[in-house]
Amino acid sequence: MAAIATLNPSSRAAARGWSDLTIRNVFIIPTILFLIVFNIFPLLYSLGYSFTDFRASVNEPVKFVGLANYRELLSDPRIWNNFWVTAKYVMVSVFGQMVIGFGLALLLNRKIPAKGLITTLLMLPMMMSAAVVGLFWRLLYDPSWGPLNYALGLGDLAWLSDADLALYAVAITDIWMWAPFVMLLSLAGLSAVPQHLYEAAAIDRAGSWYTFFNITLPLVAPLLLIALIFRTMEAFKTFDVAYILSTQPTTELVSIKLYKFAFQEWQTGKSCALAYIVLIMVLAITNIYVKYLNKAKER
Amino acid sequence: MLRRTFLSLSMGTAIALCSTFPSAAQAEELTIFWAEWDPANYLQELVNLYTAETGVTVTVQTTPWPDFQTKTFAEFNAKGDAFDMVVGDSQWLGAGSTGGHYVDLTDFFAKHKIGETMAPATVAAYAEYPGKSGKYWAVPLEGDAAGWAYRKDWFEDPKEMAAFKAKYGYDLGVPKDYKQLRDIAEFFHRPDEKRYGIAIYTDNSYDAMLMGIESTIFSYGGELGDYASYKVDGILNSATNAEAVEMYKSLYGFTPPNWGKTFFQESNQAITENLAAMSLNFFAFFPALANKATNPNADVTGYFANPAGPGGAQHAALGGQGISIVSYSKKQEAAMKFLEWFIKDETQKKWAELGGYTCNKAVLESEAFRTATPYNEAFYQTMFIVKDFWAVPEYAELLTQINTHVYPYVISGEGGSAQAVLDNVAKDWNATFKKYGRGG
Repeated sequence: MAAIATLNPSSRAAARGWSDLTIRNVFIIPTILFLIVFNIFPLLYSLGYSFTDFRASVNEPVKFVGLANYRELLSDPRIWNNFWVTAKYVMVSVFGQMVIGFGLALLLNRKIPAKGLITTLLMLPMMMSAAVVGLFWRLLYDPSWGPLNYALGLGDLAWLSDADLALYAVAITDIWMWAPFVMLLSLAGLSAVPQHLYEAAAIDRAGSWYTFFNITLPLVAPLLLIALIFRTMEAFKTFDVAYILSTQPTTELVSIKLYKFAFQEWQTGKSCALAYIVLIMVLAITNIYVKYLNKAKER
Repeated sequence: MLRRTFLSLSMGTAIALCSTFPSAAQAEELTIFWAEWDPANYLQELVNLYTAETGVTVTVQTTPWPDFQTKTFAEFNAKGDAFDMVVGDSQWLGAGSTGGHYVDLTDFFAKHKIGETMAPATVAAYAEYPGKSGKYWAVPLEGDAAGWAYRKDWFEDPKEMAAFKAKYGYDLGVPKDYKQLRDIAEFFHRPDEKRYGIAIYTDNSYDAMLMGIESTIFSYGGELGDYASYKVDGILNSATNAEAVEMYKSLYGFTPPNWGKTFFQESNQAITENLAAMSLNFFAFFPALANKATNPNADVTGYFANPAGPGGAQHAALGGQGISIVSYSKKQEAAMKFLEWFIKDETQKKWAELGGYTCNKAVLESEAFRTATPYNEAFYQTMFIVKDFWAVPEYAELLTQINTHVYPYVISGEGGSAQAVLDNVAKDWNATFKKYGRGG
């Protein structure tokens, strides 16, 4: 603090009229306050609620129930089924996004006509609202008037009414929407690979697979891992697309269950506990990824 | 210069303040919150008359059906006064009254003898909580119930009639019972011709599918439990109810493809798009089917009340809502005055003329109302046979639980048998009632 107060008046910041003290007061303190009020405080407040039987819809005294909500949730096979559905969804969706996104990036990393336009068009799905995407794909999947079955010759295949297919239908929609995000990060990684490495590989007559696995993939890996972290976290929290597309129990992701607890049944305490369980799981998965990311960076 | 600047700043501030805080002379405004559907538009037309008479501006604010419950209770929980009155679902009565969100209208009811002027079923379902307690929290506003629309031209086609008679041994016509309903659905189910037997509700995100199941259960002579003692065992999971669920499941087999998440829009589309011979829907959605602009088959669309079950009992699931005053509203007095105007016979008559389903007994029974539209007669008949879901504060949990077990069985056959599925629902409901200390 003393260092800030004794800022050299001849420094550049001072010359521009913005001292470090002013920057702290104008930008940093409000941001921290904003985070405390809108993030940290609700986070801690909801942690408190997770140990109570609080129901926001009734005017009844709130009782402390200890770990009862957590115990009830973790011993409920239906909640574990929600987690299993979510895990399946995350695996299918993120795998699809990584493969298709990286594949598109490899294709676009060549000299092709109208590359800029194609890249922009490919990025359109991720710029759309998830609700719009959900409603749009509901129409596409419709076996009576949807164009998807007609185009693929699938007849009356009921994507969303079939309990086994519905989750894949939701995952396909998510892949369509978010593969461009992976593509974008992969493109950034691919364009940063030094060209001379490829030239050296060509001189050594290295095959394309060898070049891909020993030059391209290792150098793009850190960015792919970042994409993987972001997409896994987001897929784990998916709500809107799944909620709009299907109400099948086989597509009831943990976030949908959480929504039902919180805003349909008004079991506020229980929903807070479930939110914390989800948070801990997402943090654990992210930590595993971050460890791999650090290893990849060290290489 | 400085003085002029100061003066202009002061004036600007004064003008800004005047426009921010409403003055005493400013006209009163009331807001009614409801779901986004045609009756809300009719209500806006009706309340415009109140504005013309009194100068009080009344706005009907709407939100899509799936968000209606969530948004309303989010506002209640925040003790907000964004709306002064809400046209709430009948199931909300428990949560609305015990949660302190609704103003007690018992005295208002007694003073205006509403129990005598409104249809008894609507008073019990839309206004009274707990049942038979004599405590009232709403004024019946929009009567509604599950009914059926059908393609008269398909039913009256001589070739179809002859083929049906040859196959089933009786005349093709409006089904008198569920067996006939199933026969007709089976008869018209021709996927090769892109023509299907029946359209029913299957959306399990709120109470849509339950309304269809409930109608079947009630007509089969079943109940969802004893609403006074909270007893569920042997009532909800009775053999009769299991039979009714089996029937609903078999009807699902004659629906158009991809019929696993359908509500009122899809049910009406089944008629407008020539998809199905019969379609289950609430009466409140039938005006769109009677309108040539929205239904090219309007002239050949007929309507009938929910058919009887095998034992001859005939019932239907109750829809509709009552209007309640929100206890957090700062304009409760003005809202009371509005309700006084709303319950007048002439207002109720106008409400019916505009397309609203009045609950006023005199208007409902009048010849003019019953012949006003092709579906009013079926509506009138239905309003005397309606039954409703639990209205306890934890109704949403009961709803989720029945959806969780029954939906997979109806749609995918999961869960073993209808009996096993209902046993599981009964187990969950018992646990829920026990959790909230209800019953013995």
